Amino acid sequence: MTFLETRKLTKNFGGLVAVNNVDFAIEKGKINAIIGPNGAGKSTFFNLISGFHPPSSGQVIFKGQDVTKLPANKIAQLGVARTFQTTNLFEQSTVMDNIIVGHRLRTKSNLFDAIFRTKRLRKEEALCRDKAMEVIEFVDLQKVAHKPVSGLTQEEKKRTAFALALATNPEIVFLDEPAAGVNPDETEGLATLMRKMANIGVTVCLIEHKMQMIMKLADKIMVLNYGEKIAEGKPEEIRNNETVIKAYLGGSAIA
Amino acid sequence: MSKIQRIVILGLILFAIVFPLISNNDYFIHVMTLSFIWMIGVYGLNLLAGYTGYLSLAHAGFFAIGAYSLGLLTVKAEMNFWPALLLSLFITGVLGFFVGLISLRTKEHFFAIYTLCVGYIIYLVIDKWDSLTEGVRGLIGIPAPANIGPLTFETLRSHYYLVLFFLLLVVLIMYRIVHSLSGRTYIAIRNSEDLAQTIGISTMKSKLTVFVISTVIAGLSGALYASFVRFIGPDIGSIAIVFDFLTYLLVGGLGTLSGPIVGTLLIVVLSQRLQFLQDYRMLVFGPVLTLLIIFYPRGIVGAVAAWGQKRRSSVHKTRLNNLPEEQVKEG
Repeated sequence: MTFLETRKLTKNFGGLVAVNNVDFAIEKGKINAIIGPNGAGKSTFFNLISGFHPPSSGQVIFKGQDVTKLPANKIAQLGVARTFQTTNLFEQSTVMDNIIVGHRLRTKSNLFDAIFRTKRLRKEEALCRDKAMEVIEFVDLQKVAHKPVSGLTQEEKKRTAFALALATNPEIVFLDEPAAGVNPDETEGLATLMRKMANIGVTVCLIEHKMQMIMKLADKIMVLNYGEKIAEGKPEEIRNNETVIKAYLGGSAIA
Repeated sequence: MSKIQRIVILGLILFAIVFPLISNNDYFIHVMTLSFIWMIGVYGLNLLAGYTGYLSLAHAGFFAIGAYSLGLLTVKAEMNFWPALLLSLFITGVLGFFVGLISLRTKEHFFAIYTLCVGYIIYLVIDKWDSLTEGVRGLIGIPAPANIGPLTFETLRSHYYLVLFFLLLVVLIMYRIVHSLSGRTYIAIRNSEDLAQTIGISTMKSKLTVFVISTVIAGLSGALYASFVRFIGPDIGSIAIVFDFLTYLLVGGLGTLSGPIVGTLLIVVLSQRLQFLQDYRMLVFGPVLTLLIIFYPRGIVGAVAAWGQKRRSSVHKTRLNNLPEEQVKEG
């Protein structure tokens, strides 16, 4: 069943076509990967889906609803979460404090509640805290939960970013290069975590350059080059696809 | 809040309450009351610049709007002080809303520059609109706050307590906002607006809310100033005032709860001590401020907090090291 799909999604930046007529369908509960050479438009594609840039044309459909024109925060409320290449976390704060706010979008308390410390606020604060603890356990960061983010390893920061995305109760998460700057052992750990996310029913879609990891992990791969989709399919299909090999090794290479 | 913090805070409040009783020097009480008024304004700026990450340089303008609204309502419209105070906060808030609506479309430096211009425009309007504001002549004869039942605010000491009351109220409100989910939302915006948006925060709505609250608090500070000093001129809206606010905030600690108090008190006391240097005291302030920002970007309070955190974590580490190995593994 199609869960999230893009129809003829296109984005122009001036004269540059960053994403060109991309049709892509994401299935529920699967791990989907987007690969492609640098500058292929992968991150832009993510930005279009998550509502950061309005597309020049085309549509994004999530669970049968057209979300093309919705702003990023509305899309997040529908259950679409994402992470960034750089984790963007608040370094001086603890992991826990960084993650608590992740559940904010499911709460209603406002300034009035804040100033008068109403029952609702206290209830929702406890709720956010519980949710944070739950996702911290899920990504296996209990040991550093009360450490400031500045003292974490790159891998732990990535896990914190995952946890923050998960705290929003998403149905699908978009991970932008989750394993960048992380050593092979730790990459393995992150791959296991992504598999675990898919197993609890959170659909995963990631951009990644680490081919070995992708080939093992992904259920479905889409390849972008110069903003266009040049291939789509199972890992083994992609591995043997001539166009893909050409795109990566240059036009004159003989596959 | 730890026990020590509680005791320190209670001690400070107690000191503030007893201060006018033990000091016979009216001048000191006058200076203290003025610093309390500045502190309120600095708290307004702190919520926006310190906790939400938007440095507004229009806050002297909103301070002046609060002061002039109160002044005009009491002097020219001859309203009672208390409804005039409420109305002037309302006026500041409404103007803040519209300024925020436009200025918050910009970010970072652009926001600072934009608001700097807004602040200057507010100053110009006050200065040039003779028929309403009396222009450079200023507004004279602003009445002291009206009595509430048996409470009167005619004397310096009673005024001191009134301002102290408002300061404590503002601090309480700030404390509660910062330590609530709303506060976490604002801090998330300061940290990374993109990230805040991806976790479902409506950033514009939150920023606008903070902007309005922050201008209302600046307005409160201005209104209290007007009724305390009894005379206001367009200068209170000048750029120099906003940079005073900013200095207090930076020295005390941007984005800290006690920063506005520490910074304001320190600078005000220091300026009083250095009166004999006249304008040359800026030669002292300039380098000190520069060094402080280079080495302690979160001001004095931020530096103390960081030092405490470091000490705590090293204590924690040595404790862990002293534990038998099995226990460490379990923990």
